[in-house]
Amino acid sequence: MTNSSFSLSTRNAVLTRADTRTVPERDTRTVPKSRRRWRLRPVRTVLSLIGILLAVIWVFPVYWMLSSSLLPNVVLTSTRPRFFPWGGSLDNFREVLSSGSFFRALTISLQVTLIAVFFAMLFAFLAAVAISRFKFKGRKSFILAILFIQMLPAEGLFIAQYKMMSTTGLLNTVIGISVLYIAAVIPFTIWMLRGFVAGVPAELEESAQVDGCTSTGAFFRITLPLLAPGLVASGVYAFLQAWNEFTIALVILPREDMRTLPLWLRTFIQASQTRETDWGQVMASSTLVAIPVIIFFLIVQGRLTSGLVAGAVKG
Amino acid sequence: MFPPQARQVTRRFKKTPYLLLVPAVVMLLIAMGYPLIWQLWASTMKFGLAQQFGAPPEFVGLANYIAAFTNPTTWGVVIRSLVFCLVNAILTMLIGVGLAQLMNAVGKTIRLVMQIALLLAWATPVVAAVTIWIWLFDWRRGVINYLLNGLGFDFVNHNWLGTNLGLYLVATIIVVWMSVPFVAFSVFAGLTQVSGEVMEAANLDGAGAVRRFTAIILPMIKPVLMIVGLLQIIWDLRVFTQIRMLQDVQMPLDSDLLGTYVYRLGVGSGDFSMASALSIFILLVTIAFSIGYVLQIVKEDS
Repeated sequence: MTNSSFSLSTRNAVLTRADTRTVPERDTRTVPKSRRRWRLRPVRTVLSLIGILLAVIWVFPVYWMLSSSLLPNVVLTSTRPRFFPWGGSLDNFREVLSSGSFFRALTISLQVTLIAVFFAMLFAFLAAVAISRFKFKGRKSFILAILFIQMLPAEGLFIAQYKMMSTTGLLNTVIGISVLYIAAVIPFTIWMLRGFVAGVPAELEESAQVDGCTSTGAFFRITLPLLAPGLVASGVYAFLQAWNEFTIALVILPREDMRTLPLWLRTFIQASQTRETDWGQVMASSTLVAIPVIIFFLIVQGRLTSGLVAGAVKG
Repeated sequence: MFPPQARQVTRRFKKTPYLLLVPAVVMLLIAMGYPLIWQLWASTMKFGLAQQFGAPPEFVGLANYIAAFTNPTTWGVVIRSLVFCLVNAILTMLIGVGLAQLMNAVGKTIRLVMQIALLLAWATPVVAAVTIWIWLFDWRRGVINYLLNGLGFDFVNHNWLGTNLGLYLVATIIVVWMSVPFVAFSVFAGLTQVSGEVMEAANLDGAGAVRRFTAIILPMIKPVLMIVGLLQIIWDLRVFTQIRMLQDVQMPLDSDLLGTYVYRLGVGSGDFSMASALSIFILLVTIAFSIGYVLQIVKEDS
């Protein structure tokens, strides 16, 4: 069910841990309880306090975004920051949503992301079936190539991609950016789906065929339903990649009315150079961009954390 | 002669996997293969003033590479990028491993609180994250200046993004904040592999906390540390969004790192030969660093 054996070993680790943990704990019960506790408690309390402090530091920026998004500019520009959004309202959100530019960017982002996810999933799925269900010449080289391509940074190719799109007249088009996104997402999606496809034993399909299914029928009735969770996880991963992408979009979509959501959010920062920023509205905008991503991320987190996929979501 | 049916079966068996690969391979060739070849070609060509008026580009061999790497500006960018990359990767690893150790040491509730906080930071999209941090570091109303003042330092109207060093410091904080969760979760998963019995035995034998860490924990989590560390180096070398957006706030100084420098050369001034040469350099460095990672993945996979 996982995408690489790296993740498999971490999963096993969690299991073995649960097993080993209980054993020594039972053993220590023979040691006089009071002495142990006396020795351990102060250290543990200090560690817990440090843990809470670090958790607060890590969560603070996200909290500050939400809190600021609810406060009016008058409060945000006062000398003393307000640490809790008392007297807050949704006015900033109302303002941002009424401007129209948000929905323009949302439309572009949705078009690009849906096209990219659909085709990347389709093509990656076919390739994943090929490398996990067939033995053929060049299979190993293909896997190696996929792993290397996945590591290539956008910054190493974007000038050439820019040139290619400008000569073909595809700058500032949904098609142009979608093609680049499909290719950018495919390698990892193949790798991730490959693990899921390999997780469904071929014997299941074969036995269905023995029972009278055609090979296509066996695939659609047996394999596909079993793959559903894997397809969803990979799809969400591909969605997050395309939805958050900034670098390629910056290069390929320079025109104002073609901005995706990340580019739209950036315009607020650019504007802060020349005029007074309404940080409440900027934070409301950030919230609108971040919330769907955070929700989707938390849904697939279990699968993502267990593998290297997780890291790949990083920008 | 083979009976027709048997022949058909063997042929279909051989063709199917290749047919399945066609769509993916075609996409990769269009979006990456062609640009890569164009880039290799462009990096050996001269795009000068004459070419802007329609003359075909002129073949100059490795002259662009030589020009790029005899130029002190390029060296400045390369060295800044490497230092930035190493500082960020090391800080991320140290804090990540520390947090993983801490998560392993505290009780269930505290661990859950820490995990939720880390997950939220991890899930935040990079553009939103940079936007938030710019607001936190705002020179007039930023909460960080306010808090530092409260602690007794003089940070009234301190402009963090006014200097190169300040910009890199803010970028480092953003990168570390975003990257630590992945390291912490991966290493934590590795730490749970260390058996409690072994630790207990070492404790009874008189091994102190430091000794237990270096002699037992470290060797056991070494594979995870290697992979995660390598990924951090690769990712931090390509840092783009953070630098680009921080440069949006401030009038650009000489703060470019590799990614933003190539962007400025190519999209900004249309110097495709120099931009291509540097892009090839970025790709080569990335591949060099990726070899270890890819081999490890393939090894664990088979």
